[in-house]
Amino acid sequence: MKVVNQLKMEFLSLPANVAFARVAVAAFASQLDFTLNDLEEIKVAVSEAVANAIIHGYENSPTGIVKVHVSLLETGIEIRVEDNGRGIADIKKALEPAYSTDPERMGLGFVFMQSFMDRLHVDSSPARGTRVTMFKNINNRGAAAASQGGH
Amino acid sequence: MELDLEIRQDTLIVRPQGELDLGVADLLRHTLEDSLNKYNVRHLVLNLSRVTFIDSSCLGVILGRYKRLAREGGKVSLVGLQPHVHRICELSGLFQVMGEYSTEEEAIARAG
Repeated sequence: MKVVNQLKMEFLSLPANVAFARVAVAAFASQLDFTLNDLEEIKVAVSEAVANAIIHGYENSPTGIVKVHVSLLETGIEIRVEDNGRGIADIKKALEPAYSTDPERMGLGFVFMQSFMDRLHVDSSPARGTRVTMFKNINNRGAAAASQGGH
Repeated sequence: MELDLEIRQDTLIVRPQGELDLGVADLLRHTLEDSLNKYNVRHLVLNLSRVTFIDSSCLGVILGRYKRLAREGGKVSLVGLQPHVHRICELSGLFQVMGEYSTEEEAIARAG
């Protein structure tokens, strides 16, 4: 897949950076032909991934580094969110809806990422960190390609 | 996030403004808890008409307040959700335990 553009950013694990990250990624993503609704969905997915890195990865410590790597491809956007925090012991369990280690949270982070992105992959090992990779297709491009195929 | 509060009989009406995410979750939680502790109210109406973004951090705060009020037979109602916020609330299953209304008056009338 041809890479059209790339963005790499690193920031401290501060709650205020959740808004920064989603706005930056959405602004970058708007270089592709996404709908406004797609961009809203990307914002939620980024918000959840970065919030997870801060809350779970770094356990709310503000001194961790969150890395976000975005690739714009001809077919869509790939977003990678990485931390070097605590890691997830049981990824399968973490991906279950309503699973949360905190009663005040709803365990919806991964549910939203899965709902709003077309692919989600989680790599994690305890004490080494977590990497969430998400991909979202450009839908109208897919529709155009399909109609071309019909001729 | 800016926020204003109003007490009407046994209902606390809260009108936050802006984006509700992890950055404001603690502030929202503390503000709601302080108000619920201070005023003798039974129900909570959240007017989200000026909220342009919400994620699971603040949905968790709302659900937490629901759990608190539901123990005493109180209700939490949501008012004026923008389409994208509506969709997030729907996906989260929040509407299974709280009603959505177009006006505060309607929410108050239904909760009573």
